[in-house]
Amino acid sequence: MRAFAYQRTTQIRDALNLIAQHDGARFLAGGTNLVDLMKAGVESPARLVDIRSLALGEIGETPDGGLVLGATATNSAVAADAQVRLRYPALSQAILAGASGQLRNMATVGGNLLQRTRCAYFADPSEACNRRVPGSGCSAINGAHHNHAILDWTEHCVATHPSDMAVPLSAFDAVVRYETLDGTGEIPLSEFYLPVGNRPDRETALPDGALITAVVIPAAAVASKSRYRKVRERASYAFATVSVAAALDVQQGLVQDVRLALGGVASRPWRARLAESALRGGPATAERISAAADVEIAAAEPLRDNAYKVTLARNLIEAVLTELAADAGEESNG
Amino acid sequence: MNPDEIVAAVGESRPRIEGRLKVSGSAHYVADLPMPNLAHGWMVTAAVSRGRIRDIDATDALAQPGVLGVLDHRNTRRLNPDIAHHFGPDRSLPLLQDEVIEYAGRPIALVVAETPEQARAAAAALRVTYDAKPHDIEFSMNHPATRPASTLFGPEADTGDLEAELAGSAMVVDELYHTPEESHSAMEPHVATAWWEDGHLYAFDSNQGPFGISQVMASLFLIDPERVHIRAEHVGGGFGAKTICGAQIILAALAAEHLQRPVRVALTRRQVFLATGSRPPTEQRVRIGADADGRLRAIHHHAAFAQSPLAEYIEWCTEQARTLYAAPAIRTELSAVPLNLLPPCSMRGPGASPGSFAFESAIDEVAERLQIDPLQLRLLNQPVVSPVSGRPFSTRRLVQCLQEGARRFGWAQRDPRPRVRREGNLLVGTGVAAVAFIAGVFPSSAAITAETDGTFSVRVGATDIGTGARTALIAVAADALAVGTERVRMHIGDSDLGLAAGAGGSRGTTSCAFAITETAKALREKLGDSARPVTASVDTTPLINWQPAEERYTYSAVFAEVTVDPATGEVRVRRLLGMFAVGRVINPLLARSQLIGGMIGGLSMALHEESVRDPLTGRLVTADFAGYHISAHADVPTIEADFVADYEPQDPSGFNGLGEIGNAGTAAAIANAVWHATGTRHRTLPISLSRVIERAAAQDRPEAVSVA
Repeated sequence: MRAFAYQRTTQIRDALNLIAQHDGARFLAGGTNLVDLMKAGVESPARLVDIRSLALGEIGETPDGGLVLGATATNSAVAADAQVRLRYPALSQAILAGASGQLRNMATVGGNLLQRTRCAYFADPSEACNRRVPGSGCSAINGAHHNHAILDWTEHCVATHPSDMAVPLSAFDAVVRYETLDGTGEIPLSEFYLPVGNRPDRETALPDGALITAVVIPAAAVASKSRYRKVRERASYAFATVSVAAALDVQQGLVQDVRLALGGVASRPWRARLAESALRGGPATAERISAAADVEIAAAEPLRDNAYKVTLARNLIEAVLTELAADAGEESNG
Repeated sequence: MNPDEIVAAVGESRPRIEGRLKVSGSAHYVADLPMPNLAHGWMVTAAVSRGRIRDIDATDALAQPGVLGVLDHRNTRRLNPDIAHHFGPDRSLPLLQDEVIEYAGRPIALVVAETPEQARAAAAALRVTYDAKPHDIEFSMNHPATRPASTLFGPEADTGDLEAELAGSAMVVDELYHTPEESHSAMEPHVATAWWEDGHLYAFDSNQGPFGISQVMASLFLIDPERVHIRAEHVGGGFGAKTICGAQIILAALAAEHLQRPVRVALTRRQVFLATGSRPPTEQRVRIGADADGRLRAIHHHAAFAQSPLAEYIEWCTEQARTLYAAPAIRTELSAVPLNLLPPCSMRGPGASPGSFAFESAIDEVAERLQIDPLQLRLLNQPVVSPVSGRPFSTRRLVQCLQEGARRFGWAQRDPRPRVRREGNLLVGTGVAAVAFIAGVFPSSAAITAETDGTFSVRVGATDIGTGARTALIAVAADALAVGTERVRMHIGDSDLGLAAGAGGSRGTTSCAFAITETAKALREKLGDSARPVTASVDTTPLINWQPAEERYTYSAVFAEVTVDPATGEVRVRRLLGMFAVGRVINPLLARSQLIGGMIGGLSMALHEESVRDPLTGRLVTADFAGYHISAHADVPTIEADFVADYEPQDPSGFNGLGEIGNAGTAAAIANAVWHATGTRHRTLPISLSRVIERAAAQDRPEAVSVA
């Protein structure tokens, strides 16, 4: 049997020390991904440091009107939070579009950000995978990659990031707060996930041994006019084929602010800054929305079997922005 | 009790008698059954699609704690190499006999330990090396190895002058249809616990017919069938994957003999996907010629399916073409393509489900091109007698299914033109498909004892794989004995109960009901005022007429309504209605439940299910429920399944089987509805969003928003 130590801590300092002192020690929160990977033989930590008893489960407000999501707040708690639903509806919708009720009751904010790709080759230790074993190769690039990346992949890895929650967080300029034995730090979500490059195993900019303590979402008026739409291969309980988190604020017929991020298309949530720039300051017409979708997707490079995702991403950007523009139109008329 | 006071049990809706046990966790499935001194086996499967095992180095595995042994081809006893199964010779059954590998997922070793965790960890330490050879998983009906399929089910049809009728037709549809490799995905993984005592083999096994499995095991281990005792009391689904003698019981029996102690082999979900069975991919060419008024003149259905070089198999896709419609010329052909794939086995309406998708799609294409209502086209071409054999049908209520279904579904209001019905961004369409599913009985036996306390012990080797067969057979026995169901003690799921049809081929319940009915008749003739228990038993083998004057089928008509978002390719089924003619219904509650389950299986086949193999290695990539999608609850709409009055004259009680017909027509009905919604004909399953999404969808939308 693969034996491992298990320890529950109530103090952040103790948790950090345990990780620092033991080779192969890993934080355990909801366990909805890590435990699966342990069963599959992808992960074999020598020690699990259970952080669910740390006082990191709060959801609160920042002085400037943003929100702080404690790292161990469950997905269910965040999705149901009244402030989240009012001020960042796309975040609540994104969480509820993922997994199942049971999983969301266990999964946490920090764990959600750190979950691993669902590429089938990553999950199977008998397959080559640079993300699992650096230098071993990528089975997916010429293999079954129907639902793999269309943006920002390299020959080393074509996997996508599976999180729904991270997509609106990316659109809302969220910041990841962490703590190490040396103190605390912050990383904007836009810099949190590293580009694939030639080391896909290096997934985040989090320092070694760091513990995510919270995710901070800045105040943004536009975020209250946001939505998340997820397209997948069945009506529920599947990872995104392509998802879109979008927010649109139209004042006097002009786009005051717009946020757009895509899921399911790259190794990280894809902030669609080109499309945002194309729309900002001008009218939210069908033509401009369509052009914005085109400009963002122009960089897409599909693999042999996933060109449909390029069309889907384009159409989905267009559909969600069109809906938001229609809402804005109704508001200004009403 | 006065017999006049007894209410007939057949025809009554009654819940499963074991339902409370199941929902309260008290029903013991195989893996729940305790066994003293039990050892646990962990199956190891081949990682290459073709080749030879060069070496299995068990040094590290054997050194791990709790490990009792490692079985592979070098230390395992010889099994009968000349073994046959349902479809003919089956060289996939003798496991651990040689180093040859013909498919990825082939069981090649069993690691046995004191606990399952120890066995699993030791299995991970097993070092297997291969001499891989080039493999072939590229399925096509034009593959050089394509050959005629086994004719065990009888010759294919060839009546009339096909080419002349096609040449004389006003319109000919000639299209190719494809269905993918699929996996059964039963809830309960395959599990067996086996042990030997005094030269007898005993096993608890999760299967669909313990008697049949006992015969195969006896042949495999070359022992007297009387010495094999297999029980399958509760089985958590099978969908055909447990009709075959599974690796779990073969490996458990081998290890139990080797170690002289009971061994359990419980497959993981992943191992179930890799190593237990599949529906093979099919490629089907359908040619149909018709006159301008819609009368069919020629039907040609050529279906090819993949199989393993190790075993014969039949995916009998051509049943619809020879049964559903009249035409002066009908030809069917069935081809097999041996490839390095998991050997297929019957799955949820084998043959009929993929065959119906192709054939009933093609019929819809005839209606489309002739601009005839697809329902009317089907009604117009109904045969009076079997169009191939010329024999009458024993009962054929297909027209009633079509007409009553159309009435309930509101078919008359349907605009026949495609892509005209819109709701916001969604396209809406409806479709229909007709189905015929062959019916009959397999030989079975039963014994009934009139006990001295007034109860009746009924012993029949039936299997209840979750359908409610046990409950249905109690009702049959009660009526046959003219007593209330409370006086019937039903014993099933044990090979020692004698010859019995398994829960497969839609014949398990009908076959065992026939045996029970005949046995009850014999018992009632023997009953006197005896103070001792009286037993009667009947084997139906000599009673079955294998050459009946009439053809025996069940029928259904399935109606579907779908929505399609062309911008995303998302297809959702909004309504499903199935009308069924399945003989006299034993228990409408359970029958409806089974048919609805079958229709969900058909929905799943239409939109979701597809086993994907790595194009380079041939290994299964979708070996779990995250990768292999079945319909989720949110995909399942309101489903109505109901019956038209029917009675099967070939059965003493009027019964026919209904196990699989719910599955068979649904995919075609949905595919036809997707055509009606979008104007695009989808001839490849599943109809996934990647196939449906439209590039130009934006321009096609009714209302593009403009905010100025």
